[in-house]
Amino acid sequence: MSVLAASPPALRAERSPGYWRGVGSRIARDPVVVAALAVIVALVLMALLAPELAPMAPDKGSMIRRLKPIGTPGYPLGSDELGRDMLSRLIYGARLSLLMGVVPVPVAFLFGATLGIVAGYAGGLVNALIMRTVDVFYAFPSVLLAVALSGTLGSGLGNAMFSLTVVFIPQIARVAESVTTGVRKLDYIDAARASGARPLTIVLEHVLGNVLGPIFVFATSLVSVSMILASGLSFLGLGVRPPDAEWGLMLNTLRTAIYVNPAVAALPGVLILITSVSFNLFSDGLRGAMDVRS
Amino acid sequence: MRAAVLPPLEDRGGPAQPLLTVGGLVKHFPVKGGVFGPRRAVQAVDGVDFSVLKGETLGVVGESGCGKSTTARLLVRLMAPDAGTVIFDGESVGDALSLRDYRRQVQMVFQDSYASLNPRLTIEDSIAFGPRVHGVAARAATGRAHDLLARVGLEPRRFAGRYPHELSGGQRQRVNIARALALEPRLVILDEAVSALDKSVEAQVLNLLLDLKRDFGLTYIFISHDLNVVRFMADRVMVMYLGRVAEIGARDAVFDAPAHPYTAALLASMPKADPAERRDAPPLSGDPPNPIDPPPGCRFNPRCAFVEDVCRRTDPPLAALVPQHSAACLMASSGSGHSRAPEIAA
Repeated sequence: MSVLAASPPALRAERSPGYWRGVGSRIARDPVVVAALAVIVALVLMALLAPELAPMAPDKGSMIRRLKPIGTPGYPLGSDELGRDMLSRLIYGARLSLLMGVVPVPVAFLFGATLGIVAGYAGGLVNALIMRTVDVFYAFPSVLLAVALSGTLGSGLGNAMFSLTVVFIPQIARVAESVTTGVRKLDYIDAARASGARPLTIVLEHVLGNVLGPIFVFATSLVSVSMILASGLSFLGLGVRPPDAEWGLMLNTLRTAIYVNPAVAALPGVLILITSVSFNLFSDGLRGAMDVRS
Repeated sequence: MRAAVLPPLEDRGGPAQPLLTVGGLVKHFPVKGGVFGPRRAVQAVDGVDFSVLKGETLGVVGESGCGKSTTARLLVRLMAPDAGTVIFDGESVGDALSLRDYRRQVQMVFQDSYASLNPRLTIEDSIAFGPRVHGVAARAATGRAHDLLARVGLEPRRFAGRYPHELSGGQRQRVNIARALALEPRLVILDEAVSALDKSVEAQVLNLLLDLKRDFGLTYIFISHDLNVVRFMADRVMVMYLGRVAEIGARDAVFDAPAHPYTAALLASMPKADPAERRDAPPLSGDPPNPIDPPPGCRFNPRCAFVEDVCRRTDPPLAALVPQHSAACLMASSGSGHSRAPEIAA
């Protein structure tokens, strides 16, 4: 101690730019990710500003103006099988579609990451208990599980989102467990244990920062899956109920018109595609940008 | 209760009391032999006894897989031993001395300088972590981290806020040394701590270690496969073979007059600078036996040049040749039945 006491008082060190700032600058340099992010932001704005953007009410129909093609005056994107304006319905549909795509993922992230990190760090019996329970959910294909759950609970927005959350928890837990198991073997965790720190302190200070990134990237990629599954549930009549606008449901109700007016019938599908591709590209870009050594 | 400094550690047993006494340390790792297969275990450490004196450097050498690193991990309690006692300055670890107090006094530096630093923490945060865990206030812990960085030759104002990937291997290993010293330990275990560094950096770090040892009154256990480095650093040397101690003694005694044929073979395997001393045949052939199934009798008998029948029957104890120099070889133990064993002194 005497040697240390003689040294001058500590001065504020120059801090390297933080980790997240580095991630941000790497993302900004990737045009594909920037474009995907721009699309996502545009979609969110579209959903938020739907009443201002939509030229008509989404549920106002006209029996004499059914299934108009794209470009009809007053109906820039045509009309659906009940004569409602497609453009307005697509804009309003973004609200429920994004909600159902986005809400289940963070909830599942919270539970799945907690389970996975506990299993990965504790190892042994705790790990076996948690992960084998998770495996039970893996026995069912995720679509089937979502359909079975919302079918049992009854149709409705809340039940659909709940069943999607349940579907995603095991997937996120699996990824969290494997990432945590990998980090746990590293010497810096051993060094922290050798310092006498308690397991909870080690998890909070040394494990979380190194595992949340990869788990987050995986969860981002689930947003597109969630949207597609949600659309599927609505398509089957298990999610949103008519006359609410939701892309999956619109795809379902327009399916009878596919021979009459295929371009209009495909529009909700195109939006689902654009949204899910954007989320996937963004999550891929994030994965790349989070690798420090790249 | 956040303190500004760690409570000082006091020397309890006096200078004659060994700092660390290890007795009968055992660690077996079970291996799966199929559902109906026999239960088997890798005998990574199988009955190791030694002691470390206050203020000395004990060098530990041996081939890969001889149990050096497992011994180190057992000593810092990263894993629990299956059997054996560890007595630290007269107090039995786990009984008289709590694990938490013991851990403050024994720290370790790992071989892989990158894997042993959290990539998401600045190096000052990595160094300050240990003192904070032991109740030092965050500001004081950071101040201490800066002092230690300066002490290991890294200018705090330039380096404290950096992340591990922004440093070179040698700089990172200096950070790891600072981190190990942050808890003011009395014993530092250096597990191949310089093996991954290139030669010029290695020399600098070795000199730093010697300076720190003198300034902080440290005791080292220095594990390496590099005999030259061990010869430079160690006061005493322990040679391990297949989870056991083959020979232990003062550095010069072991290097100049090895009593165990395995030690002799290891020394003969050192590259020589003098062309006249170079040799063509390897001094030791073959791999070490499978530690799941060690050979009966002396564990070195399948590779030993002096093997006799008795070596395949009798497991040699670690016998003292002279005080402070012991070897686990029948040739070193009088009356063992080996033709080269010394006569029983009447």
